[in-house]
Amino acid sequence: MSAVPLASTFLQSTSFLDVLYIIAFALFIQGLRGLSGPTTAVRGNRIAAVGMTIAVIATLLNRNEGNWGLIVLGIALGAAVGVPAARQVKMTAMPQMVALFNGVGGGAVFLISWSEFRLTDGYTGTATYITIFSLFAAIVGSVSFWGSNIAFGKLQEILPGRPITLGAAQQIVNLLLFILAVAAGVDIAAGSHSELVFIGMLICAALLGNAVVLPIGGADMPVVISMLNAFTGLSAAATGIALDNPALIVAGMIVGASGSILTNLMAVAMNRSIPAIIAGGFGGGGAVEGASGAGEHAGTVRSTTAADAAIQLAYANRVVIVPGYGMAVAQAQHAVRELTKELEKRQVEVSYAIHPVAGRMPGHMNVLLAEADVPYDQLKEMDEANPEFSRTDVSLVIGANDVTNPAAKNTPSSPIYGMPILEVSDSHSVIVIKRSMNPGFAGIENELYYEPKTEMLFGDAKTAVSEITAELAQL
Amino acid sequence: MILASTLTTNLAILVLAGFIGFVVISKVPNTLHTPLMSGTNAIHGIVLLGGLLIVGLSGNSAFNKVILVIAIAFGTINIVGGFLVTDRMLEMFKSKPERRADGESTAKKDEKP
Repeated sequence: MSAVPLASTFLQSTSFLDVLYIIAFALFIQGLRGLSGPTTAVRGNRIAAVGMTIAVIATLLNRNEGNWGLIVLGIALGAAVGVPAARQVKMTAMPQMVALFNGVGGGAVFLISWSEFRLTDGYTGTATYITIFSLFAAIVGSVSFWGSNIAFGKLQEILPGRPITLGAAQQIVNLLLFILAVAAGVDIAAGSHSELVFIGMLICAALLGNAVVLPIGGADMPVVISMLNAFTGLSAAATGIALDNPALIVAGMIVGASGSILTNLMAVAMNRSIPAIIAGGFGGGGAVEGASGAGEHAGTVRSTTAADAAIQLAYANRVVIVPGYGMAVAQAQHAVRELTKELEKRQVEVSYAIHPVAGRMPGHMNVLLAEADVPYDQLKEMDEANPEFSRTDVSLVIGANDVTNPAAKNTPSSPIYGMPILEVSDSHSVIVIKRSMNPGFAGIENELYYEPKTEMLFGDAKTAVSEITAELAQL
Repeated sequence: MILASTLTTNLAILVLAGFIGFVVISKVPNTLHTPLMSGTNAIHGIVLLGGLLIVGLSGNSAFNKVILVIAIAFGTINIVGGFLVTDRMLEMFKSKPERRADGESTAKKDEKP
């Protein structure tokens, strides 16, 4: 020890490292606090990133000698993949990108547990509680990794968005996989050193991750991603206990707790219970009902033209724009902003009604509209927007479907019954911009389109909105 | 009972961190849910530290080294990608004071919609 220079001894002393970790936690917490307000969010995210940098540096100072090459290789590989992916992803693809980043986090967790297992020859001489936390991390990390990848595949449309389910056997299969994974874990905790058992456990957890997310329809995907995010956080905290590393425990648990809250908030916004989401099949049953529902609607759909829509909007006093996923896919937010400007020139009062789960994630619409410089105070949340519809002349629905479906209020048999909706049918007239009559994410028919006050403008959201703006300019 | 006390200390940290997570997040406007999910997502990339700690231990077999390099790469993707994506999302909430010529308020003024 005497050969080591004083500065180096100080930098590697445990208490100095603990202080760095404590600074890192404080920055994480401060960063998250910042993330909870629109004006402080950017700074909050950067504060958390600084905290992360400090935690990584502290760990690099602390670690034993050797293998720097591997560390550099790993970090370089990660940065080479992560940076361009984050820089180039389109705003519409954000949800799946979050799923993917969450997945790799879970992947890291189970790989770390696996290497711990191998390094200690099957947890030989390890305290039982450490073994248990490490095994917990392995199972949850593996579920999160595979579940997130499936969620990514579904949102990216590599896999079909519709539920893929084994039907009635699904729950039994899920339960069986869960029991098998836990049983393998118990076997190892009880003293088995067999790597085959460990790999078997990882495989069961992987299959479970697939089996849980595959049957879930696209409409529930945001909630699932948030839940898997919380899972990865919990598994990181478990890794922290297994490695006796407070930074991992604190950061992982904060994510676990906040992720659970966020999951619950989202589920409440959709009036869906978390067990019902896990049970899956949402959208599958609805599709069947939608198919029969299509025949029931004797009412006709009225279609309109951009020119007619422009006239209607120009002479309105109050227009509410209801954006949905259709606006996101068409990247129509800038066109929508142009339309708003054109209407404001004509003294039309314009606001935006944002359903909490419009798009594919809460806040998705706000992000897109903010990108197009729509003032924050024109965006109304659902509770604020709903009472206003009755004094609205025209509601312009742009690529939103399920969140406007009156069936959620009127049809107890509908799978979305009870979900709070934007009550656009209270307004004097409704213009719906939509690509076709195909049902939305939940796979059910929308009664709104058959109402006499509703007119449909078929087409791509961006093209349709630009056409309306052009017509308005000529009026 | 050194092990037991390490466990209890760590469990105490775990519980307290859980409460902090609940308290910090329970008052977030809907608008910020997506960036928040993305931000917390970046934070659990901290598992990277686990990979860094284990790779430094002696006795890792070649296969273990491969697993750990992948784990470190995954953790790095989670952190770097997570923070960058969140930053891009949030860039759009930044106030642009000179933007409004027509006299409307900027996003800056509105703490709560």
